Amino acid sequence: MALDRGRVTLPGIPTAREAGLVACRRCTRVWPMGTAACGRCGARLVSRDARSLSRVWAWWLAGVLAYVPANAYPMLRTRTLFFTEEQTIVEGAVDLLLNGSPGIAVVILVASLGIPIAKFLCIAFLALSARRGSRVGAGTRMRMYEIVDYIGRWSMIDVFVVAILASLVQLDVVASIDPGPASLAFALSVIFTMLSAQAFDPRMIWDGIEAEAAGPGRA
Amino acid sequence: MADGTGFIGAEGLEGLIACPECDALYRAAEVAPGTRAVCARCHTVLISPRRRAGMAVISLALAAVVLVAGALWFPFLRIDARGFWQDATLWEVATSFAGGPLLALSFAVAAAIVVIPLARAGLILYTLAPVVFDRPPARHAREAFRWSEALRPWSMAEIFAIGCAVSLVKIADLAQVSLGPAFWMFAALVVVTVVQDRLVCRWSVWRSIEAA
Repeated sequence: MALDRGRVTLPGIPTAREAGLVACRRCTRVWPMGTAACGRCGARLVSRDARSLSRVWAWWLAGVLAYVPANAYPMLRTRTLFFTEEQTIVEGAVDLLLNGSPGIAVVILVASLGIPIAKFLCIAFLALSARRGSRVGAGTRMRMYEIVDYIGRWSMIDVFVVAILASLVQLDVVASIDPGPASLAFALSVIFTMLSAQAFDPRMIWDGIEAEAAGPGRA
Repeated sequence: MADGTGFIGAEGLEGLIACPECDALYRAAEVAPGTRAVCARCHTVLISPRRRAGMAVISLALAAVVLVAGALWFPFLRIDARGFWQDATLWEVATSFAGGPLLALSFAVAAAIVVIPLARAGLILYTLAPVVFDRPPARHAREAFRWSEALRPWSMAEIFAIGCAVSLVKIADLAQVSLGPAFWMFAALVVVTVVQDRLVCRWSVWRSIEAA
């Protein structure tokens, strides 16, 4: 049995489903299979949520769609004494890059471009591999899910920065900053992506790894 | 540790615990305060009790309420540029998206940095205060704790705090920025919220309000 470490199931740890039980994901209590609602916290009980993946894909698509205008429209409208300027996320970063703050430009590019796109790819990969299996070990995919779930909220930082700048920089003729339409699209994209990650049932990552481990080393 | 046999039997189910992330089933053991029980398969923390955590959590939740109220009242940030100055309260920051569809964003930002942190503090107080003072759990303790947990990812005070830091860097060459008292109250709120979430052992809370 040549197995990579991530795929080895620990002997002696059955799952609730194998024991004929259904677990409550909210309060970790277990009930006999077929129980409809958790007697402790009232959550709806599903051993494996069959509709989980369709919800993941629905929110995912909404997130991707909202991400397009988030980049196409200006995020900020800056007015100073001499000029008015509208900048999209990428234009803002390029501007910083050319005007001698490459460090901040990189931070902005990673936070507003790199992380959202990586999130879309990770969620798509997790959803696809939950159904078809993957040569990437369950442990690795679990870590990927945890990172996506954790990092999702942090993308809101862009929206907050726009809010702070817009409320603070209102200095009559000297300078003023106003939010652009992209801020709304960006916030929606972040929220939809968070909902997509939340809809994913990570227990699916671990299902079938036993069968996979028992079978001949199929990729 | 689970042994894989003899799980069935309704009276035994109470002592079992299933990992919410990977469905691994364990027999819940008494975990010493200050230590943690971790899922052997996916490393999710399952049980992490602490001595006197209840009282600490209640105090922190009260502190959070006071800090949010204060942060709303006092000026948050102030900028000066060429003789012009402007200060903004936290509420003004949260509601700066005025007009048209951007108004929706004002509601979202206000919710994420003020309303939801406040609501969570209230829900935690409602859930835990009776338990900590050895009274029977509140009537709607289950719903309250459920909401508190569901709202957790949407409470974004700490993200807003980092957003402040980024904004300060961005306008540093445009104007002189000074931090108001509300800024420091908000910074304290972030610490309080993070510590409070660290202290709460979900499993212990659910067990303590189960008696309702």
